[in-house]
Amino acid sequence: MDPLLGLLKKNARESDATLAKELATTPEDIRARIAAYEKEGIIRAFQAVVNEDRLETTDVRAVIELRIRPEREGGFDRVATRISKFPQVESMFLMSGAYDLLLFVKGQSLQEVASFVSARLAPLDGVLSTATHFMLKTYKDQGVLMESEPHDDRLQVCP
Amino acid sequence: MTTVSKSARDFVAPHVRGLPKSGIRDFFDIVAGRKDVISLGIGEPDFQTPWHIREKAIESIERGATRYTSNLGTPELRQALAGYMRQSFRAEYDWASEILVTVGVSEAFDLAVRALLSPGDEVLYHEPCFVAYAPLIRMAHGVPVAVLNREDTEALADFAIRHDLVLISDEVYSELTYEGGRFSMAAIPRLRDRLVFLNGFSKAWSMTGFRLGYVCAPAPLTDAMMKIHQFGMMCASSTSQIAGLEALGHGESDIEKMRDSYHLRRNFIVASLNEMGLDCFMPRGAFYVFPSIQSTGLSSQEFALRLLNECSVACVPGSAFGACGAGFLRCAYATGMDQLKEAMERMAAFVKRL
Repeated sequence: MDPLLGLLKKNARESDATLAKELATTPEDIRARIAAYEKEGIIRAFQAVVNEDRLETTDVRAVIELRIRPEREGGFDRVATRISKFPQVESMFLMSGAYDLLLFVKGQSLQEVASFVSARLAPLDGVLSTATHFMLKTYKDQGVLMESEPHDDRLQVCP
Repeated sequence: MTTVSKSARDFVAPHVRGLPKSGIRDFFDIVAGRKDVISLGIGEPDFQTPWHIREKAIESIERGATRYTSNLGTPELRQALAGYMRQSFRAEYDWASEILVTVGVSEAFDLAVRALLSPGDEVLYHEPCFVAYAPLIRMAHGVPVAVLNREDTEALADFAIRHDLVLISDEVYSELTYEGGRFSMAAIPRLRDRLVFLNGFSKAWSMTGFRLGYVCAPAPLTDAMMKIHQFGMMCASSTSQIAGLEALGHGESDIEKMRDSYHLRRNFIVASLNEMGLDCFMPRGAFYVFPSIQSTGLSSQEFALRLLNECSVACVPGSAFGACGAGFLRCAYATGMDQLKEAMERMAAFVKRL
């Protein structure tokens, strides 16, 4: 993987000038490479990793395991694509193992998520079963710990 | 008859009393306790010890593996170290008689000079260098002789053989090299009988507090060092040895990640220093840069003090690492990018004002 992508994944807000210095190139080159990645659809978005537990919201998040019936033409893709278009679905993956799709879903309340599952997902043609697990607390999200480890407890000067 | 009792100070042996404190220590005292200081004076990785290594150490304590180990270190760790030396440098060391696990590389160096030196023996060492070499040589009653070494390693090997010398090679940064593969004195077969190879876990795996190092040397030398080690230290911490074994066995990707990160920071800090007019050599390993501050007309001590007082950025004066470091500054880039960026901005503004 291009180290530029690694740096952006860690901190998408890093300035072009700093990225250029780190990668021993020019800011113009950095801008061009990012633009190309966006054009090719490799970079899909720049987002912040937010610890939502610290926000004063009543939002509820759940993980849903879905078993679906594959179709003769196209396998899981047609049903999966339909499901992924619901705005409630934040992330979604095709899985190996006991179920087929793993959904990360967000709603404003427990009821809202429950009704999304029972009224929208379960009745869909091709959906065989659902299992919903509500999330209670976030410890780590996208490689980022929600509670930082005590970090710079190093001596201020040492050999 | 009157007796004049000694003051506590008088009890201290004269050769210890005469030992200067580390220049780093002086600077540490000035920096200590100040708030909002960005320190580039830390010669210690900023990464946490990789979790699988910490986890293994915790697990070993839970299981009660907290006893003395063999003086030389656990057989498992020594066997793993022999494998590491073979794989990394094609160097063959017998794990049972030629490898000694120590409490950090500093102890390993101390053992080496105490085992090798007779009073008055001269020790050639390169400057600028780690602050402990000269004092430890003096404590072993040797005579430190600083040299500015520009020779490459092959020439150094020839020199040692021509003059029938023992070579002590501290390779604690050997995993942190950025261009080209690893190189080691241990990879030069003709040095085998006169090489004391030192290495440790602190820098490669960010394990400084574990205090774990080791020495590889021909059996008679290892045996001599072991005698001093067994009476003084008994053995390295059992917990640390277990952590070290985990690092050697499963820690290759940890090093890679950290090395990549240091590599980027190195590029950043060297570009930034050169941009502000401080001539800076691009180091090929470790995590320090040594920019010249001669263009500012300040001494390294003055520069470092003013930078600290006026901009709250701590760098160590080059002179702390030997007289030839005068006119230079030592900045460690074992610090996160955010802090490095801020430090470089403050420093550029400072240099501009001068």
